[in-house]
Order: sequence, then C-alpha cells, then structure tokens
Amino acid sequence: MECKENWVDTRTVYIGNKEPPPGAEAYIPQRYPDNRIISSKYTFWNFVPKNLFEQFRRIANFYFLIIFLVQLIIDTPTSPITSGLPLFFVITVTAIKQGYEDWLRHKADNAINQCPVHEVQHGKVIRKQSRKLRVGDVVLIKEDETFPCDLILLSTSREDGTCFVTTASLDGESSHKTYYAVQDTKAFITEEDFDTLQASIECEQPQPDLYKFVGRINIYSDRNDVFCVFFRPLGSENLLLRGATLKNTQHIYAVAIYTGMETKMALNYQSKSQKRSAVEKSMNAYLIVYLCILISKALINTVLKYVWQADPDKDEPFYNQKTDTERQRHILIRAFTDFLAFMVLFNYIIPVSMYVTVEMQKFLGSYFIMWDDEMFDEELGERAQVNTSDLNEELGQVEYVFTDKTGTLTENNMEFIECCVDGYVYVPDAICNGQVMPGSTSMDMIDSSPGPGGRESEELFFRALCLCHTVQVKEEETVDGIKMGIHQNKATSFYISSSPDEVALVEGMKRLGFTYLRLKDSHMEILNREDEVERFELLEVLTFDSVRRRMSVIVRSTTGEYYLFCKGADSSIFPRVISGKVEQVKARVEHNAVEGLRTLCVAYRKLSVAQYEETCHLLNSAKLALQDRDRKLAEAYDLIEKDFVLLGATAVEDRLQDKAADTIESLQKAGMKVWVLTGDKMETAAATCYASKLFRRSTQILELTTKRTEEQSLHDVLFDLSKTVLRQHSSMTRDTFSGLSADCVDYGLIIDGATLSAVLKPSQEDSSQGNYKEIFLEICRNCSAVLCCRMAPLQKAQIVKLIKSSPEHPITLAIGDGANDVSMILEAHVGIGIMGKEGRQAARNSDYAIPKFKHLKKMLLVHGHYYYIRISELVQYFFYKNVAFIFPQFLYQFFCGFSQQPLYDTAYLTLYNISFTSLPILLFSLIEQHINMDILKKDPSLYRDIAKNSLLRWPIFIYWTFLGVFDAIVFFFGSYFLFNNSTFTSNGQMFGNWTFGTLVFTVLVFTVTLKLALDTHYWTWINHFVIWGSLLFFVIFSLLWGGIIWPFLNYQRMYYVFIQMLSSGPAWLSIILLIVISLLPDVVKKVVCRALWPTTTERIQVASHFTSVTPLLAKRTKVLFE
Amino acid sequence: MASNYNAKEEDGHQPAAIGHGGAGTVKNKKPDNTAFKQQRLPAWQPILTAGTVLPAFFVIGLIFIPIGIGLFVTSNNIKELEVTLTNYSVWLAIFHPCYNCSQSYSWNSTKPCTCSVPFSLDQPFESNVFMYYGLSNFYQNHRRYVKSRDDSQLNGDKASLKSPSKECEPYRTSDEKPIAPCGAIANSLFNDTLELYYIDPNGSRTAIPLVKKGIAWWTDKHVKFRNPGGNDNLTVVFQGTSKPVNWRKSVYELDPSDPDNNGFINEDFIVWMRTAALPTFRKLYRIIHKKPNMTPTLPLGRYILEVTYNYPVRSFEGRKRMILSTISWMGGKNPFLGIAYITVGSVCFFLGIVLLIIHHKYGNRNHSADIRS
Repeated sequence: MECKENWVDTRTVYIGNKEPPPGAEAYIPQRYPDNRIISSKYTFWNFVPKNLFEQFRRIANFYFLIIFLVQLIIDTPTSPITSGLPLFFVITVTAIKQGYEDWLRHKADNAINQCPVHEVQHGKVIRKQSRKLRVGDVVLIKEDETFPCDLILLSTSREDGTCFVTTASLDGESSHKTYYAVQDTKAFITEEDFDTLQASIECEQPQPDLYKFVGRINIYSDRNDVFCVFFRPLGSENLLLRGATLKNTQHIYAVAIYTGMETKMALNYQSKSQKRSAVEKSMNAYLIVYLCILISKALINTVLKYVWQADPDKDEPFYNQKTDTERQRHILIRAFTDFLAFMVLFNYIIPVSMYVTVEMQKFLGSYFIMWDDEMFDEELGERAQVNTSDLNEELGQVEYVFTDKTGTLTENNMEFIECCVDGYVYVPDAICNGQVMPGSTSMDMIDSSPGPGGRESEELFFRALCLCHTVQVKEEETVDGIKMGIHQNKATSFYISSSPDEVALVEGMKRLGFTYLRLKDSHMEILNREDEVERFELLEVLTFDSVRRRMSVIVRSTTGEYYLFCKGADSSIFPRVISGKVEQVKARVEHNAVEGLRTLCVAYRKLSVAQYEETCHLLNSAKLALQDRDRKLAEAYDLIEKDFVLLGATAVEDRLQDKAADTIESLQKAGMKVWVLTGDKMETAAATCYASKLFRRSTQILELTTKRTEEQSLHDVLFDLSKTVLRQHSSMTRDTFSGLSADCVDYGLIIDGATLSAVLKPSQEDSSQGNYKEIFLEICRNCSAVLCCRMAPLQKAQIVKLIKSSPEHPITLAIGDGANDVSMILEAHVGIGIMGKEGRQAARNSDYAIPKFKHLKKMLLVHGHYYYIRISELVQYFFYKNVAFIFPQFLYQFFCGFSQQPLYDTAYLTLYNISFTSLPILLFSLIEQHINMDILKKDPSLYRDIAKNSLLRWPIFIYWTFLGVFDAIVFFFGSYFLFNNSTFTSNGQMFGNWTFGTLVFTVLVFTVTLKLALDTHYWTWINHFVIWGSLLFFVIFSLLWGGIIWPFLNYQRMYYVFIQMLSSGPAWLSIILLIVISLLPDVVKKVVCRALWPTTTERIQVASHFTSVTPLLAKRTKVLFE
Repeated sequence: MASNYNAKEEDGHQPAAIGHGGAGTVKNKKPDNTAFKQQRLPAWQPILTAGTVLPAFFVIGLIFIPIGIGLFVTSNNIKELEVTLTNYSVWLAIFHPCYNCSQSYSWNSTKPCTCSVPFSLDQPFESNVFMYYGLSNFYQNHRRYVKSRDDSQLNGDKASLKSPSKECEPYRTSDEKPIAPCGAIANSLFNDTLELYYIDPNGSRTAIPLVKKGIAWWTDKHVKFRNPGGNDNLTVVFQGTSKPVNWRKSVYELDPSDPDNNGFINEDFIVWMRTAALPTFRKLYRIIHKKPNMTPTLPLGRYILEVTYNYPVRSFEGRKRMILSTISWMGGKNPFLGIAYITVGSVCFFLGIVLLIIHHKYGNRNHSADIRS
C-alpha cells in the first residue's frame, strides 16, 4: 500500500509486568497512561474558564463581547445590559448545553472506568476497576463482556485458539469476527499457567487505524535449562479492540497493550475537519458587508456630529452644558469615544441572535431527516442518520453526485449466476440437488459433454471455490438455538463473510454439489457430490486486498499434494496464467461483464514440497518483519501468485438497488451530474450504468481508457474528445436547461483509473502541451454522465477534489457504502454513507447516512430543497429585520444633533431580536414548505430553481436590504410627519420622544412579523400560534412594561407611554397606514414577478393550487349540468 | 460561523461507543408516523397571486380613501393660529414687539422684560381652545439632555432628593447642596408667562381665563411625579436642597397658590419634563375652556398676548411662538395623515387596476402553461 506508514517507535510490553529472564534485553520499565478514558472536555474546576474561552473564540461572540466591554468602559447611549443580556443568554444557554453534555460524558466515563475487570495476578484472578488496568496486565474476559482496552489475545476457552468478537459498537457490523490467539500461548489455559509465562510484546506505538496492527511477541522459555526465545508475528487478527464484545466464547485471556486514551478507539474519536456550507459562506460575506455598513454609518455620524458641533451654541447651548471632565477631554479621544458610541448604537445591525437561530434551526431541523418515515428501511431496521447538521442546506445545492457502484447503486446482495469451466457453462438456476445443468441455452462455445479430463478440472474448479475464501460457518447454536445443519440444503445463509461475493460463490457451489462444511483444526471440510467429506489442511491464506484484487489459499489435500488456489479479478489473474483455456474463458468473462455481472477468475497452481517450503519461508519472513510489513507481504504475495493454470470463471449478479434508476434519473433531471466511481471493471460498470439509466440508448459514449490510449497518445485522445464535445456544445442553443430534451445529443464519458492518473499527473516537462486537467474538466463538464471505473479509493477522492476545485467551485456530494468510499466521502462537500453490508465505516465517516440509495432522492429533492429555502429566508430575513430596526435609529441621529440618542427604549432594543421577532422566523425556518413535498419529489426540475445558491445571490440580498431601508424610512418619516409640530391626542396633550420611538417600534414589529407572514406558504396551527402569539406578546409586554413604576429601574421613561399612544386614534390609523405602506412594495413585487416572470417553482405552486381547487369546481359544474 | 454544536459528534458517539458495547440491542428505530415529524401537518397554503391580491387592493383602496377624506376634512376644520414671539429674520424681528426682550442672552437679567404682541382672529374658535408654546431648534432630544434627570427624585424618593443621580451632572449640586429637581431638563424649564387679552371693539381689554390644569398626562401628574412625602409644607420638605441654577424661584414656589400644583407636581414642570421627540416642538401651556353659553370660546376680533419674556432662545438661533388651536378627535391640525391615507388608497386602487390587467393578460397564460406541463 502506498499509504504513508511512518514507523513510529515501538513499545515493549512485558506480559504480566514481569521482568524478563536475565539474558534477554534489559528491562526498561516504561510509563504508560492508566486505563482511564476521558472523553469529557472539562473538569469541575476548569469548566467556566475553558468553556468561556472556547465560546469567545467564535467571532460572533467575541464581537458582542467587545461591544459589551465598550459599553462598560465608555459612556454609551445604551446601557451595557442591552448587549450584555443577549450575550449572557447565548453564552449561558450554550454553556449549559455543553456542560450537560460533558456531565453525561463524565457519567459515561465513570461508568466505564469503574466497571470491574478480572486481572490475572500471580496465578489468581483479582477484580479490579477498569481504570486501574495497566499495560502488560493479563486479563480474563468472559462471554458477552466488553474489552476494557486493546488486548493481545493469548488463549481462549476454545480448543482452536479462536474467539468470536462483535464490533457492533465500533463500526456497527454485527457479524462475528474471528480472532486468533497467539499460537505459542494457546496452551496457557489456567490462571496458574500465566504465572509461568514469560514473554514480551513489541509493537508499534498507538495508531488510530483500527484495522492495522503490527507487532511481535517474544516468548522466553528456559525449559530444560536452555534459555531460548521464540518470535511470533502479531497482526490485527490477534488484537482485540476496546469496545468490542466477546461472543460465543466462554472466556479468553489476553494482555493489555494499549490502555486508556491510547486505545485505538479513543484515538479514533478525534474530530474530523469541519465542513462549511455555501450558505454559511454567503452569510459571512453579508456579515462583512453589514460590518462595513455599520462602520461607515458610525463614521458618517461622527464626522457630521463634529461638523454640526462646530458652532459652540449647538455643542453646548445654555440649557445643556457639559460637565467639566467632558470639556477637558482631548478632542481626539472624544471623537473616538463618539465613534465607538455610534458603533454601539448601531451594533444591533449584526444580530447576536442570528447565530443562535441558525444553529437551532440546523440542529432541530436535522431531526426531520431522522424522523422521516420514507427514509426508514424495514429490511435493515435503520433510519437516516445525521452526523453533522451543519450541512443541511447544502443538500439543496448539490451539482455533482459521485456515487459508488457496488452496494450503493447495486444491492450488494450477490447471487451466483453461472460459472464457466474451460468454456463449459454451468448454471445452477434450476436447483436439482447437485445436478449440473450445462447452460445449453446460451453459448455456442459449449461443445459436447465434457470429457474425463474436463470432469477433473470441473471438480478441481469447484473445490477451488470451496476452499479459496474466508467464509465462516455460523454455528448452529448461534441461530436462536434452532438446530439447522448445512446439509439440510436450506437456502438460509449460514455463511458469513466480509465479502458478499464469497458467500454467493460458496452458496453457488453448494447448489452445484460441493458444500463447504467448516474449518476445523486448520482443516477445511467439504462435502462433495458423493456425500463424502473431503478434508484439506489450510496452510496459508493470502488475504484479499484491493490493490492486488485477488486472494489465494494454500492447502494440502489428504493425499499430501499442495495446491495454491487463487481467485481474483480477470485483470489480475490473466497475466499470471501460463496454461488453461484462456481464450474461451476470457470471452465468457467479457460476455458476462457486458451483462452487468461481476466476474471472478479462478486459477490454481500445484506446488511441490520444495516450492511450498520456499513459499512458507517467504511468507514468514515477511510476516515477522516489524517494519514495512505490508510492503514485504505484498512482495511475497507477488512472488507466490504466479504460473497459474486457469480453471474458469464465475459470474455473480449484483442486482440494482430498488429504484436506483428512478433516483438517478431524478437527480439528472434536477440538474445534477451523476458520476459513478467504481473499482469494478469497465464492462460491468457500464452495464450497471445502462441499467440504472445513467447512460441512455441515445447517450453517445466517449471512452478514455487504457485501450484507447494504447492506440493513440493520451494527448490526441483528449483533444479528439474535447473537439467532439465542444462542437456539439457550440452548436447547441444556449438554453442549457432544455439539455434534457431529446433533440440534442448527450454524452457519457468512461474513464479508467490508469488513464485518470495519467491525466491528473502534474504536467511534465513539456508544459507546451498544456494541462490535461483542464481539457479533461472541459470534457467532463459537457458530459451528462461520467463513469470512472477501476478506481482506487484515493483516486475517487482525487476526482472529487478535481471537480471541487474547478473554476465554478460546484458543490459535490459523494455517496458510498464501503471503506473504499471513505476518502471520497470526506473529501466531498457533502458525504453520504449508505448503511450497507460492507460495514459501517462509510456511514460513520459521513455527514449523513441513509439506508438505501433511493433515499437520496428524498434527501436532496425534498429535504435539501426545504432546508435551503428555509435557511436562505432565515438569513435574508434576519438582515432585513435588523436593517429595518436600526436604520430609523440612524435617521434619528439627524434630528437629535448626532448625540447618539437611541430611538427605542432599552427594553425594546434588547428584546427585539430575542423575543419579539425571534420565534416566528425560527419556526418558519423549521417548517416552511413552499411546495408540497410530493410535488418536489415528482418534479425534480424544481431543484434547478435553487441551484447555485440562487436565493442568496447579491441582487436578492440587496433587494432585501433595500426593502429594509425602505421600511425603515417609512416608519421613521411616517412617525416624523405625524409628530411634526402637532398634537394627535384628543385632549391636546403632547407626546415626547419615547412615544415617537415606541410608535416606530410598534410599526416595526408588526411590519416585520407580517412580512414573514406574507412569505409563509405553509400555515399550520403552529405558525398561527407563533406569529400572532409573538405580536400579542409584544403588546402585552409593552402594556406591562409601561404599566408599572418599576422599582429597580433608575428611569421611568416608558411609564404609560405605550398606553397613552394607543389611546390616540391617529396613532392607530398611522400604525395601520405605515404597515400597509411598508408591505405594499414587496407584495406588488411578488405578485407582478409571479405574473410576468414566473419561476418554475411559482408556476407549480399556482398549478397545484388550482388542482386542489378544481376538483371542487368540477364537481360543482357537474351538479349544475345535471 | 465559527460556532457550531457538534451535538451528534460529541454526545452521540463517544460515551456510547467507548462505553458499553451493548451489541445486539436492536431497538425499533422506526420513526413515529406523526404528522409533525413527517412534516405533513395540515396547513393552509396561500399564495400571493394577482388574482388573490386583487380584492385586497380594492378593499384597501375603498377603505383608505374615505378615511383619508374624513381625516383631511377634520384636519381642515381645525382652527389654528400661530403667534411668533421671536423671529429668525433680523429685518422682521426689529419691528417685532418682543425684539428688545429677545435680544437678551442671559438668564439673569434682574428685571423681567415684558412685551405685548397684538394679533387678531379672522374667525371665532369654538369649543375648547388649547394654547401651546413652541420652540424650534431646541434639542430636547439630545442624549446628554434626555438622560439628565432623576426619575426617582421626581417620584418623591427622599434618598434621591438628598443625593441625586449622577446622570444629572453638571446640574446635580450647587453650593454643595443637591439640586431639586436636578438635571438639565429641569434646569432649563420654560419660564415665560403668557397672558391673553381680548380687545373689545370699544377698546377695553378683557383677560381670557387660562386654565393651567389638565395639561399634563394624568398618570404623570398622579403617579410618576410626586412630592417628597412626610410634610404638607413643601418648604420644609425641600429644605437642604438647592434650586436649579437657572431658576428664579425654588421648586416649591412654582405655584404657591395651589398646593396640588406645586413642587414636582406642577403641571407646567411636568409638561416640560416630557422631552420632545424633535428639535421643533410645541408644548401645551394652557387650556381655554368653552363658555357655557353659545358664544364662541374665542370670538373673532383683536387680541393682545402679554409676554413676560424670560426664556432666551437667540443664543441657539431658536424661535419661540404661541399657538392657539382647537382640537378634534384626531388632535390638532395635521393634514399629513389625511393626505397619506388618500394617496395610499388611490395607489392601492390604481395597483388593483394594473393587477387586474396583468391578471387577465398573463394569469390565463400561466395557468394554461401549467396544465400543459
């Protein structure tokens, strides 16, 4: 593997913490952390400072802290409470939430750290608290217990030294995995035995990779007074991970090697890098604009203030003198404090509550994904998971979808279809107990019945498939105690394996008459057609990896012959074959691949004893290596797996997932480009693509494969393709949205891994050739579908990265189910994991996890769309309502001598964003549905309406801002003309400045809330409750706030102001008038735009509105006619 | 922004995963099928189309225009007369009877300056007539000014009486005695006296009775403003305090004739203490109640306004005036509301017609297009 494995230094663990016998290397006691797990972030003592520090690292919080401090230090127009209270509120809520979470973590930690473990000490079992466990301790684990730390398995209660483990809590795979005890310690089965064991383990320092472990055990024995040391390699098959659970094994003995925070699991839960959504980016851009507006407002006012004050009679008229200290202050200091004071006065334009609301919206909103009934899969019993709620709205912005094939598009539910031995095709579809049905229907290749030689290779082929695998047989007792043997030939699967292909193959063999029974004492037992048990000794397993794309086993038959059986992808087998009917098999493999079947080739090699010895030697030396073991193993495998005799090929069908084609079609209609990235071979992948309607009949396929690049240089191929594509592109009308209409040709590109890496290779010395990358991108951009086959996991991520960094910076989504998709899931803007059969790594590393591919449709088209609509309205509305809030205050400065006199009362300033206008928008952003979700699903093209962040573009943002400014001007000058030099009470009494502010504020609150009401398309009872409720709350609050002389306040300026205002008729009239004027332009704009330039969304809204009305009308007319 | 609650990541994974590896606990993960969780709550789904908005526009137009006309007519029926006491324009000012008085810049001119301004009414003022004084270019809404008061002192709090709030600086203490009432607002109390005389056709002057009660908000007079309690004799109560610097007499001498209008609850004082919203403002000064018989409150004819001119406004280029106004249910003369209502009503009506056209021209097109698709 090219994975950079830095050899960190090793640790030596002495089993039982006993000193090694003299003569071995020097005993250096090392210090390791104890087995205490600390997942909590805070302690009781550092919670307050640490939490505060973390919170103020957020820019928004820091900004408000600064404002607060400024208010404390200088004489500002508003009291520090106005910004202190909201800040305090936000900080406290967050702190309580985090504190509670941390308390839960503490509790969980304590529960784990104090749970008892059994340690073997001096031949006795001692109970101990888990946290007191040290590296080197030998522990006894009983069935169904969870491993307290990372352990090396020394011996088990099972004779063969294996134990079964489920890692359900680690990666969600509930299948039982087999782990092996160290060969030399297998025999230590009592506590006393371990007292005599003297051994040390050398292993790497802790690393987070769950599936990789290299180590070596040194066993010292001085039996017969001869001191000797055995070395034995340790691999991940010996390592029991903390968090996994022991199953089907009475007890085991194991030695702790990594403890506490050094366990692989603890190392794995470091946070991933943060992904940010496009909406967040535009939000930040808007913030900067508003910050500029804020600063310029403050600057303008400061300058004007000093211009205005140049006249001393204005600065200090006789009625309004300054104090001496004020007078003595230097003018620059005064100007600066004035500037700060203006900043403070206008700071509400950047609302503290927006962040809280956005976070709440995301957090609460994500529950709708989890709650979605339609995204629940009965079969798996799983529902959609949300791992990061930060990206909800990004689901509505996806432009590129990168999908894995196996397990994502397809079921990953393999079914054995046929096998081909030397050109004879066997189809087990008619299951007639072991009877072979040569597929007479299909191939012309089939000659007459196979001769005796054919029969022999046929049986060898079947045996090969029965032996060459890592399938385990689930024991009878595990299946709910029901005794069901394999012999009974039931279709129920008793085979378990990490690879579904293998299970399919072994089951297929069973149907063809060869049944794999079990692995017992290193012997594999198969039941052949004559119901005889054949035993093969399993000597070596050369495990599968995605680079080699094959696996092998070495077995010894009862007759003492050594065989190496190998199965693997055709491309990795054929070059190593020296004899066999290569041509026929190859033809059949290709034929099957075109059909969309997964093919594997099977080959064998007979080994002589000498060859076997050599093989053993090679393997052992590689396995014993502590450094670069993977590389050495790969080299050894490469040497061993050669000179094959080809036996035949198998074909396994991987059916398309339910509604995969429909989903892909919808995604394409929604304007997304779907790319399939697969490790599979081209023909198979292409067939899947056709089946899933990624490619249509009409699609013109462009190939960029090794086959073509062998004929022409890569350069020419690329230019040819780009020419083809671009010619068509230029002739095409500019109406890109009709790209789906049948009249224009759409292209599909197929590229393979090797060519891709050639394309992506950084441009070499001849840079005159230009960068292939760009040409490639250009081609890809004009193709409606792209298929990348033969991809290594890293290449998948590379592709995603390539598209991500292309000039338009499209939003990418990667979806996959296997470990090989993790890199691409992490790379893409949105990573979606499928809770598939190949384990849970993908789901664990993803941002969202769904049970099936088809759920992607609802996820994107419905949820993504909704979230985007909601959050964009939320963001725009927040800025709008704060402009409308603060701009009158800005205007007021021109009428109060730029003295920073606030227009509104402190309570209004403080509560405007917290309580008067917060809930309606939060609720809107949670449950708004501008269109019914059924329509969204039915009509994917609606997704295009929100593509490219269209609701947060600058023109729309500017429109909202201007709307806010317009409303503010209406509020302010409406009230101004009403107040201007006149009275509007029927008793002749006058109103003061606080009534003025209250009037503006009342109009403001009503307008802003009603504006949201006008934007709401989905009025549930909750909306009614919240919108009218918050208006009512404002009125009640105002009545109360002005109704009492508040004893704790040092001013009573609001006393009876609101009530007096309401007692005047013109105030009511002007409130109504101003609300109408403020809302009018927006309504007119909406209506006119909808009538003259309707978007697709709006058309559909109207249409669906009519369809819901028309049945009624139709009924009525019917009645009339009758 | 930088903030996010890694809720899932933090509290979901770690404790649970590191903790008990309770495998095989297959919970029923099927989501509840409730309308809320499935986002299928019954809802009213209105959309703003030309068709639906049309009636609203017409209705608004039809309601607003009559209201506007009503307001406008009412406003026009209100009689208002403004008498300038200080002119801006120097040339005109010279011929103004109060020119000499207005030249004074200072507060402390010992002898009161009086002037009489003649004016005449072209038409009689019926019903109650309200007399205002108006100031312009006077920034009562300046921040330093607005906050320069102590509401607890004005509410009769004894502690605040002896040590007023810091906000009152620099009008907090004088001669090391606390000022009552403290602050810039109180200090700059309007102290002109206006008296109105009707000149009979035969030349004799009749004083018009000016009522000085009922000019302040009831709640202000009875709740918000209170004299410090304990003693009916205000002189005793305010002992140990100093009068505001600019005042000629102490707060307990504002209206010695009426204990209910003296001290902090003096209505002129309360009216002044309600700071105006804009730099040009008027404040209610007196009320002329209508006469019991049918004669108009102020019959047409000549009048003289006797002004004891104390309040200097020239220093800040201010203007002082007296306003006589009748009041309707909608207050004083203010054509703004009526005009605005008429305008908005007409605009709505006009928009309604435009939308009607749009609706007829394009509405059908849209609809048919949808049917096609």
